[in-house]
Amino acid sequence: MVMMRNFLPILTVTLVIFALWYAFAIVLNKNWAYDKATRGGYELSFSELVSDTWTQKKPRLPTPDQVAAEIWKSTGTAAIKKWNRTEGKPFSERVSKVLGDKKSLLRHAWLTLSATMLGFVFGTGLGILLAIGIVHNKAMDNSVMPWVITSQTIPILALAPMIIVVLNAVGLSGLVPKAVISAYLSFFPVVVGMVKGLRSPDSIQLDQMRTWFASKSQIFWKLRLPSSVPYLFTSLKIGVAASLVGAIVGELTISQDGGLGARMLQGNYYGTTILIWAALIFAAAMAAVLVSSVGLAERITKKRMGFLA
Amino acid sequence: MSLVLAALAVWAIGWGINIWIARQTPGRWQSITSATIFGITLVLMWELLVRGSGISPVILPPPSMIYTAFVSSTDILMADFIQTFVKGALTGYAMGCTAAFLTALAIDRSDFLKRGLLPIGNFVAALPIIGMAPILVMWFGFDWQSKAAVVVIMIFFPVLVNTVQGLDAADKMQKDLMRTYAASYWQSLFKLRLPAAAPFIFNGLKIASTLALIGAIVAEFFGSPIVGMGFRISTGAGRLELDLVWAEIVVAAVAGSAFYGIVALIERKATFWHPSQRKGRGL
Amino acid sequence: MNHDVVIKAEKLCLTFETNDGPVHALKDVDLTINKGEFVSFIGPSGCGKTTFLRVLADLETPTGGEVSVNGMTPREARRKRAYGFVFQAAGLYPWRTIGGNIKLPLEIMGISKDEQKKQVAEVLELVDLKGFENKFPWQLSGGMQQRASIARALAFHADILLMDEPFGALDEIVRDHLNEQLLQLWAKTNKTIGFVTHSIPEAVYLSTKIVVMSPRPGRVTEVIESTLPRERPLDIRETPEFLALAHRVREGLRAGHGDDA
Repeated sequence: MVMMRNFLPILTVTLVIFALWYAFAIVLNKNWAYDKATRGGYELSFSELVSDTWTQKKPRLPTPDQVAAEIWKSTGTAAIKKWNRTEGKPFSERVSKVLGDKKSLLRHAWLTLSATMLGFVFGTGLGILLAIGIVHNKAMDNSVMPWVITSQTIPILALAPMIIVVLNAVGLSGLVPKAVISAYLSFFPVVVGMVKGLRSPDSIQLDQMRTWFASKSQIFWKLRLPSSVPYLFTSLKIGVAASLVGAIVGELTISQDGGLGARMLQGNYYGTTILIWAALIFAAAMAAVLVSSVGLAERITKKRMGFLA
Repeated sequence: MSLVLAALAVWAIGWGINIWIARQTPGRWQSITSATIFGITLVLMWELLVRGSGISPVILPPPSMIYTAFVSSTDILMADFIQTFVKGALTGYAMGCTAAFLTALAIDRSDFLKRGLLPIGNFVAALPIIGMAPILVMWFGFDWQSKAAVVVIMIFFPVLVNTVQGLDAADKMQKDLMRTYAASYWQSLFKLRLPAAAPFIFNGLKIASTLALIGAIVAEFFGSPIVGMGFRISTGAGRLELDLVWAEIVVAAVAGSAFYGIVALIERKATFWHPSQRKGRGL
Repeated sequence: MNHDVVIKAEKLCLTFETNDGPVHALKDVDLTINKGEFVSFIGPSGCGKTTFLRVLADLETPTGGEVSVNGMTPREARRKRAYGFVFQAAGLYPWRTIGGNIKLPLEIMGISKDEQKKQVAEVLELVDLKGFENKFPWQLSGGMQQRASIARALAFHADILLMDEPFGALDEIVRDHLNEQLLQLWAKTNKTIGFVTHSIPEAVYLSTKIVVMSPRPGRVTEVIESTLPRERPLDIRETPEFLALAHRVREGLRAGHGDDA
């Protein structure tokens, strides 16, 4: 497998990145350390500088272990604490208390994830429907497709604050506005990819269908739809990542409704940089998990359909 | 109510025309006219529906209101455009693309580095990098520099990955031919590998052009001097000055597509020889 | 040393290590090629003919034995641009005109712009592509592209021309035409040509010497000196002499194959 062959280079590059990260932490945090030393009236040796810059409470650049510790604190330990405090209560209540813990990163992650998934499912569903319409109806193809293609060059994310404000004003808040943004962002890649995929069968295969006097619907279900699977999955991977970004940006604009983006904003306000990084890394991890899950689904489906050897 | 009916009539007429167009013999004019008619239909419907139904123009301003806002605030829009697009997005774009290009050249000579960096690059390109915006504002301050920094981070990996792939695009036979000429590394790079890489590089540059504007705008949601498209959009949304917000969005949309279009045009000139650009011409 | 000897191989070996064990692409190849000869290499796939050509061009490194080109090692010969190489596909750069493509090796070798122009015109005339200087490769047919590729190999006046199945992808009618033109070119320029082919009539028609090779391990089974005159119209392919030679080649190939277990 490709991964095995590249394991050593990937490992090396990753270790180099971590080493650079620690080095930069020293560089970026040193001013604070020096200031503290001058105020305290003592000199800093190099090893003291290093240990200081790597353990500051509000560093300009936290170290990987600081971020990891914060992530663990706000997920694992917070969950365990809540679990213990709700000793004696029924199981479902304990779980909901753990998930509802305002201090827990898991709760915020759940809020972001739910908005992302809701938006993603809707955006993908609508996108597939529109793609089917475009492929089968020339009028739709002529009029709508150019706009879909152009929309990919428009900074759609700029609409996020407005969507949230408008929907809040009509009473929809929390999950829905974020999901709308997520849906919007995954919609366009899915339409483009699906149209490409539904049109991918070559003329030889379409001619073959004609010789069997197949109806449009039969051609769709038996040829076009299966052929579009690889293209759909490529768009799904782009779409799920875009949906996550959409949910987070939505949270960044209005943070009352919680979520990883809200957490980042909080950290920004209070200057608790480690918190920002923890939320960011968690979001990155979530993105990685989402994209790899789609990738896994892709491999399984492709194998069963014979697209992969 | 009558306006709502008028809106439905507009929809029917627009759709009817498009169906008629679709029935004609295929030609390039069909896409452009149909798309324009569709766009006009939507704008007309928007105007009629907002005015006809009870929707408050504060929540959803009709196009005519947006137009007035556009015309009356052109100076604000211009200042915002320069701050966000020219200072933030363009500088970030230039810096990010150059850095990515140079890095690609640097790692080109090492197969080991390529095999390590490419998977990581693909991985990072899928992450919500925009989340780094508050951190970058903290490091680089409120002004355009932090926005340019966000853009650099967002476009670095996509451009890097595409350039590296492009540099590998020249096939073995071509590289053998260069060997028979005893060409030096640099001669081979400039005469063969870079032109062969052009389609890939431009693919990366096009992707980066969209990301650049998004990055610059969204980064301003986190902190900006009192000017900038992102700033105007987020504060305007908060104050329910939605007509101005929509005007900004129109500027952003035009800027985004124009930027992409210019890159695509340069691509056409530089890769005129590639089969994808030659559709219909040739032998 | 005989100054007429251009290429000399002695006990040349090339072994690849693969997952399935060693592959002897070339084993103990002894061959001498003199100045002005037209030598064809013919044999089934895996017999080493392309590999041998690539060793001469320093595109592969032998694992045993000796080989010299113009009295030098292949690497030195390549550095001195002693030969032009024509691949199976024309491999012209689509972003350069035909003229631009032919200029490519000249630019690399640092030849002056005026000289470049002169050489391009000269060599286009030789391959009968005069006037196509400003056209792009995709505007030319397959045969014309391959002619341009040959022109490119001739542009810097190397003494040796190495050609690896250059006409393999073309149809027979075009191929005949190009064979004729190649012979005319050879007569005019007097180069030493190494030519790899799959086609028996082509090998017999073009060469002064035919090297029959067989696979597993890649080796020379027979070297046939042609008895045909240097001047050869196309219909020489129907003479009894030609057919006898072709027969000899065929027998040589069959013998090589027969050695296979």
